[in-house]
Amino acid sequence: MEKTYNIYSINGPVITIKGKTDLSMMEMVYVGEEKLAGEVILIDNDKTTIQVYEETAGLRAGEPIYATGSPLTITLGPGLMSNIYDGIERPLAMIKQQSGAFIKKGSLIPGLDEQKEWDVTVTAQVGDKLSGGQIYAHCPETSAITHFCILSPEFSGEVVEVKPSGKYRVNDTVLKLKDNKGIIHDITLCQKWPIRIPRPVKERMSSDKPLITGQRILDTLFPVAKGGAAAIPGGFGTGKTMTQHQLAKWCDADIIIYVGCGERGNEMTQVLQEFGELIDPKTGKPMTERTILIANTSNMPVAAREASIYTGVTLAEYYRDMGYHTAMMADSSSRWAEALREISGRLEEMPADEGFPAYLPSRLSDFYERAGYMNTLCDKEGSITLIGAVSPQGGDFSEPVTQNTKRFTRCFWALDKSLAYARHYPAINWTESYSEYLNSLAPWYTENVSPKFMRHRDRIASILQKESDLMEIVKLIGSDVLPDDQKLILEIARVIRVGFLQQNAFHDIDTYVPLDKQYKMIRIILYLYKQCSKIIEQQIPISQIKALGLFDKAVQLKYQIPNDDYSGFDAFKEEIDAALTKFNIA
Amino acid sequence: MILEHIGLNQINGPLIVLEGVKNAHNEEMVDIRLDNGSKRVGRVVEIEGDKVVIQVFEGTTGLSLSNTATRMTGHAMELPLSPEILGRVFDGLGRPIDGLGDIYPDIKMDVNGQPINPVARVYPRNYINTGISSIDCLATLIRGQKLPIFSGSGMKHNELAVQIVKQANVSDGSDFAIVFAAMGVKNDVAEYFRKSFEEANVMNKVVMFLNLSNDPIIERIITPRCALTAAEYLAYELGKDILVILTDMTSYAEAVREFSSSKGEIPGRKGFPGYLYSDFASIYERAGIIEGKKGSVTQIPILTMPNDDITHPIPDLTGYITEGQITLDRSLDSMGIYPPVSILPSLSRLMKDGIGEGYTRKDHQPLANQLFASYSKVQDAKALASVIGEDELSPNDKLLLKFGQEFESKFINQGYQCNRTIEETLDLGCELLSLLPREELDRLDEEMLASHYVRKSKGK
Repeated sequence: MEKTYNIYSINGPVITIKGKTDLSMMEMVYVGEEKLAGEVILIDNDKTTIQVYEETAGLRAGEPIYATGSPLTITLGPGLMSNIYDGIERPLAMIKQQSGAFIKKGSLIPGLDEQKEWDVTVTAQVGDKLSGGQIYAHCPETSAITHFCILSPEFSGEVVEVKPSGKYRVNDTVLKLKDNKGIIHDITLCQKWPIRIPRPVKERMSSDKPLITGQRILDTLFPVAKGGAAAIPGGFGTGKTMTQHQLAKWCDADIIIYVGCGERGNEMTQVLQEFGELIDPKTGKPMTERTILIANTSNMPVAAREASIYTGVTLAEYYRDMGYHTAMMADSSSRWAEALREISGRLEEMPADEGFPAYLPSRLSDFYERAGYMNTLCDKEGSITLIGAVSPQGGDFSEPVTQNTKRFTRCFWALDKSLAYARHYPAINWTESYSEYLNSLAPWYTENVSPKFMRHRDRIASILQKESDLMEIVKLIGSDVLPDDQKLILEIARVIRVGFLQQNAFHDIDTYVPLDKQYKMIRIILYLYKQCSKIIEQQIPISQIKALGLFDKAVQLKYQIPNDDYSGFDAFKEEIDAALTKFNIA
Repeated sequence: MILEHIGLNQINGPLIVLEGVKNAHNEEMVDIRLDNGSKRVGRVVEIEGDKVVIQVFEGTTGLSLSNTATRMTGHAMELPLSPEILGRVFDGLGRPIDGLGDIYPDIKMDVNGQPINPVARVYPRNYINTGISSIDCLATLIRGQKLPIFSGSGMKHNELAVQIVKQANVSDGSDFAIVFAAMGVKNDVAEYFRKSFEEANVMNKVVMFLNLSNDPIIERIITPRCALTAAEYLAYELGKDILVILTDMTSYAEAVREFSSSKGEIPGRKGFPGYLYSDFASIYERAGIIEGKKGSVTQIPILTMPNDDITHPIPDLTGYITEGQITLDRSLDSMGIYPPVSILPSLSRLMKDGIGEGYTRKDHQPLANQLFASYSKVQDAKALASVIGEDELSPNDKLLLKFGQEFESKFINQGYQCNRTIEETLDLGCELLSLLPREELDRLDEEMLASHYVRKSKGK
């Protein structure tokens, strides 16, 4: 039986115990008669401080605090998939069944459905030597995902007894394991893992495969690698959440963990609904079959918001360890940082930049370093790609969360207010954004798309850069005075911006575009540019080329050419040739 | 047995400290009786052993260490509610001030509310026709949404809110009621709202919570919570569609700041406490629709941006929580355009799923996108014109400028009484876009362009 203590002081979500305790740092405790979940965050000789994951209204001094002896852990096992949890892995659907439409305090509900029976195939045999991370059984978790039961990394030993394959619940013992001290452990389908500790892997591998998202500006201009980390900063209304949704829907990860951290309730409801209706193009099954949602909306307790990011990444690691490619979207990491700040303020810690605690950068780097392309303990390849939205105050990218996130991620997709105002979506600014993965991904693109892909990509980027330089002049004196070759650059850049970078998430064809089509699109745009510049060199005014309407047609290509039939590109190429021949003759 | 604690141990701004209190609950209400017979209420905000810190809503003026008797009530602040609250006026703490006597409650509800389980929400889709073109077409208000008006001092946000209430009310047959919460607004403003509600003949459907600018500041922290508790009661218990108007959120945030600094908390940006975001969220997130319940809560918070600065923490944090915003613009206002809605920074996040075929009209979304895109180009043309002069502009840019002027004077500008149907609004949008050359309209697909230009020739 673990010890109990008494509440001494209460200040918002922070409570203290007076005197010396045996509690350990980061130990999970239950606070008060209602057993609110909490975590030890500071230990002093004469007091212990605890942050509570739930609303503390109604608590009294003197109420008991129950120690648990273990850090904040979550349960991992079959049944996680398609679920929606709060920040500390309590299933929201079950909470609704228990306490209605509003979330009441102290709901102690296990994260996994303990009654559901799974169709388990036990693969381990008596006499097998198992070490942590190895697979001993598997079961179909959803129609899209097979769940591999992996031995918790803390165990290893020899299998002394196995149950036959059949129907089991998560807490049923399926095998017995004798460790090297001779102790026999009962192994069930689930395991516990502390959320703040990264799960071990065999080795980290280089990230040289891209995460294909079907979003042109990302895949072509600023790709992120599988196992990479990317940041999406942007003020409100610039489309962070929309971009995150698009990524969650279309990226080619096997498993999506979507963490709504301190965001809007209605948005999470939308994700729930939309993902239930959408069909995953790869598996033909509903998106929810490969998605876990974590919803800790802005009005839910702040300390659980702080934990939600870790819960999410632990779930991602668990599936990575089975050999899946997972992607985790965190929307938004600024809310998480604010939760840190709020708790730090209650602890009266010395604030650093803008009131954020001095340990903000180290926490951020700890989190983003949990991304990676790994060789797992069971010798499979798995990855976690982390995509964090950042909501800088006032849209100012110089604030600490954006700046520190920039240091620890290698992909920066800067959202731009003026693009969003013009309803240019995704409003990713192509001059401010960057990806450091380009070099390591180049061989993959060369091999799998086209040897010329990277060269073409660079041309597109340089045209856009030239345009932004020219716009400086245009802003001062207007575009009429530019020489024709520069006007052509502006025209082509417009085609790139509107016809390529801008992508309509609500259009059936345009919402997801395969890489091959992306490549063909940039190729045809560059072809148009090349042919037109030849004509411009002959001193033919650009107005005559513009009159042909080729640029406007190129803009419309994205809606007209279906994703499974690219013949339209050749047709358009012929159209370009046909239309421009009259100048060549002249 | 109820204990009374005689005297106090410390008084600091709105906070009092009491020692020797056993079994105090966090955030419970306390009654404070003064020697002269007057009463005040407070709330426990911090407990340390047997020492409790209490926030006094009416302020601590006149309190001394010896002239009070404090009684712990043992429960959080509750609002007495019954269907009779419709048509009544309350103070910022939910006590009747219209002289019609107390409410005989059917139910008492905790004013702090509880977070709605995201699983239990219904995603809002049903649009509210406000009859205001700039809102209906470009930042559509959806039932269950929270859509703030970002304004500045002296602009016509109150008029706009009243017009929305009047016109949304007329067009809709459902059981409709309004909850109005004033936080630190001037007496005239509250009076203007009351009069307007009377004129619109909806006064028997309005519940008012008034904390005027001369009322105690700390009370303001509770006012929106009382109002939203009343709104939730009317919506989820009685099945009404509720529109909540909260004005002015800036005063509210300043009250939070004042309270925070008197508690000695570490300030964040511009002195506002670090938890302002969570605090705002606990108000704004109370909008919504719940599965299995008939009613809905729609919020229109109004806030005046200090110095018209949209990056100030108050509008900034609000914008991160609310589902879009309607931004008013001072230059439009001074040009006499009403409502002075600044189109580009205005946005409704829920709009995309509540419009289009089956809701408004099929061409609504692309049309709105095109209007946004074109109007944003107008701004570029204007910027250029201010450098090189209008005469030097290319013909295309001149057309854009013309479009911009027409758009502002015909589409945005519509007057206090003008109630446009969605058809009228969208047709007007089409008509204005026809001023521009066809190749400028890159957001409309071929089919739309065809029908759009048909419209134009008909118009001629």
